Amino acid sequence: MRVALFVTCVNDALYPRTGQAVVTLLERLGVRVDFPEAQSCCGQPQFNTGYRHATEPLVHRYASAFADYDHIVVPSGSCAAMVRENYPRIGARAAAEGRGGRLAAAADRAVPRTYELTEFLVDVLGVTDVGAYYPHTVTYHPTCHGLRVLGLGRRPRALLEEVKGLELRELASAEECCGFGGTFAVKNPAVSSAMGADKAHHIRSSGAASVCTVDNSCLMHIGGLLSRAGSRVRPVHLAEILASTEESPW
Amino acid sequence: MSVTYLGMPPFPEAAAAATGDERLRGNLRHATRTIRDKRAAAVAELADWSALRAAGAQIKDRTLRHLDHYLEQLEAAVTAAGGTVHWATDAQEAGEIVTRLVRATGEREVVKVKSMVTQEIGLNEALEQAGISAYETDLAELIVQLGEDRPSHILVPAIHRNRSEIREIFRERMGHWGRPAPDGLTDRPGDLAEAARLHLREKFLRAKVGVSGANFLVAETGTLVVVESEGNGRMCLTLPETLISVAGIEKVVPTWQDLEVFLQLLPRSSTAERMNPYTSTWTGVTPGDGPAAFHLVLLDNGRTDTLADQVGRQALRCIRCSACLNVCPVYERAGGHAYGSPYPGPIGAILTPQLDSMETGLDASLPYASSLCGACYEVCPVAIDIPEVLVHLRERVVQGGTATVRGERTTVRPARGHAAERAAMRAASWTFDHPRALRAGERMAARARRLVPRRLPGPGRAWTDTREVPQVPAESFRDWWRRTRGTAGGAPGSTTAHTVDDGTGAVGSTGRTGPLEDPR
Ligand code: SF4
Repeated sequence: MRVALFVTCVNDALYPRTGQAVVTLLERLGVRVDFPEAQSCCGQPQFNTGYRHATEPLVHRYASAFADYDHIVVPSGSCAAMVRENYPRIGARAAAEGRGGRLAAAADRAVPRTYELTEFLVDVLGVTDVGAYYPHTVTYHPTCHGLRVLGLGRRPRALLEEVKGLELRELASAEECCGFGGTFAVKNPAVSSAMGADKAHHIRSSGAASVCTVDNSCLMHIGGLLSRAGSRVRPVHLAEILASTEESPW
Repeated sequence: MSVTYLGMPPFPEAAAAATGDERLRGNLRHATRTIRDKRAAAVAELADWSALRAAGAQIKDRTLRHLDHYLEQLEAAVTAAGGTVHWATDAQEAGEIVTRLVRATGEREVVKVKSMVTQEIGLNEALEQAGISAYETDLAELIVQLGEDRPSHILVPAIHRNRSEIREIFRERMGHWGRPAPDGLTDRPGDLAEAARLHLREKFLRAKVGVSGANFLVAETGTLVVVESEGNGRMCLTLPETLISVAGIEKVVPTWQDLEVFLQLLPRSSTAERMNPYTSTWTGVTPGDGPAAFHLVLLDNGRTDTLADQVGRQALRCIRCSACLNVCPVYERAGGHAYGSPYPGPIGAILTPQLDSMETGLDASLPYASSLCGACYEVCPVAIDIPEVLVHLRERVVQGGTATVRGERTTVRPARGHAAERAAMRAASWTFDHPRALRAGERMAARARRLVPRRLPGPGRAWTDTREVPQVPAESFRDWWRRTRGTAGGAPGSTTAHTVDDGTGAVGSTGRTGPLEDPR
């Protein structure tokens, strides 16, 4: 089993600790993980803003960077959703525009091997107890693309429930969008912030010390709002909770 | 004539104003959340909901694929049943047809059943110009009309009003339109409904002409279907001597059997009811029973153009249930008026710009009025993938392409005002396709990390007005990996045809483009 980490551009540049957590976690579970350096960005910001053509080289890049791996692990629900949902569309549209089937073929290669982190843990490795220890109160926000596009369902919660010392706090209106939405956050800042303020309010009301998601981009928005409002609730990626153990707390 | 109201600003401006209106937000939060939970319960009752939903989508898709056939069948059936069919290319033509038909009766007033399409064509205004008064008879439409307001929701047009506001409107305005509100009117829902009932009864009994829309048009028999809750529709459809119905061409379904699917999908999705209180069906005219003259005005108004778009056409499946509005977090905060057309919320964001051929600045902003959270798609009873269409329309805004505009295949130029963004997106894609440049950029950002101010100038302000910027780490993941694991882990994708720059210096790629060139 050849496993590669697709760390994603946001994690690479802004949240390297999340990528390190995935490596630590997978190695602890006996999985040898590679980081093909040819990888970069899945193209989601460009695609979702309407720049489909600008996304195309990144589809090729993704497919070739990970060509030699059986499993591509992505610690981001929305980036995994981008590959799975939109790469085939990008390929089909290019073919429909008379530009041949190369993109569609690249998408075909990439899609079935792409797993969001919790899918890889639960479905491929078949574990929910990863031996983690995290003695804090945590509330879980299911991010939209993980929830509705990938259909992650109970996977993240199942993993959190097995973490020793962790106390899970319920989040009101959990399935409602936090208002990040990529470029939406700056194109419609008032509505985005109003949505985020409500999310932040529910997070604070949960009484948890940390808010956890499978997407750092949403956490960047939520965390940015929380800290501007002077809240001490800590945003944390699920991978970092799962990487934490009694011997080496994260 | 565009579907959007005249002089409306782009969505972000109107929405920003609405987010500051505490009362509006309170009204909307309360109303949408109540409907949202009830809908979920009503849908959960049916074990075969997903099959029904798929059937609804398939029936609509198939009908739209053969729309010409079913429309001709419908016309023949309506005509055979004693009705008259009129075809309207656009809003103006539809308004002229209806005005002419009302004038021919010699009447100066009409009663109306709540209808989206007559709002789309601005019918009340067109009639008013011709000296004809159109009275809305749906309770919420009455509130909107009396308040000289605009509807903000498909199903609950006065959702932005609470009951004390409604009492004020009734007290101040009812007398101008007919029977005034009773003295000492309270804001109890029962009293408000009674005031409306008395006011409207006068209109029903006097009117000689009724105007309606239609939820469904059954091609095989020429039957029209109106689904409603208050019984005002039943009054308008049966008491007048002349009935004029206006319907979009996408409302046709082939057979009565198809109604079995939609009459389950629609009430549960819209009002969270197992069955709506009134379902009226009528076929042409029946001597001695109901209107003696029946006219059906079939409206295109951009629908054929929309049908030509393979991704966008799914918007024509819409049965106007409004479930997507009720779950939409953007709608809840921005309110319906910010969408600037009779079609608010997620469906409005994909339908209005298509019907309008993206002609106004508002049209070009609507596809961006979404965080792409997908809640709308999840509840849509005919499975319209609204996020997919939104992104598709964004592409038309920033990238241009081809689209059908008034029946002609047209090359669409990108909308104005996106040049800087386009350059930035292309530059980003170029950088991301050149890992060495990416690594250099990340290192530069890491060195400058302490220089990032808390409040950014220019476009960055949109972020930092309300949110902190994330701290740039001292070392990117890429650099951490190389430092701790060496480059051995990185297997370049050399086994495939597309050679890539693996960031190690061995650049060998095909078709490189600079950041500002078109990557196509
Ligand atoms: S798009 Fe779907 S959910 Fe929205 S109003 Fe139309 S049918 Fe209902």
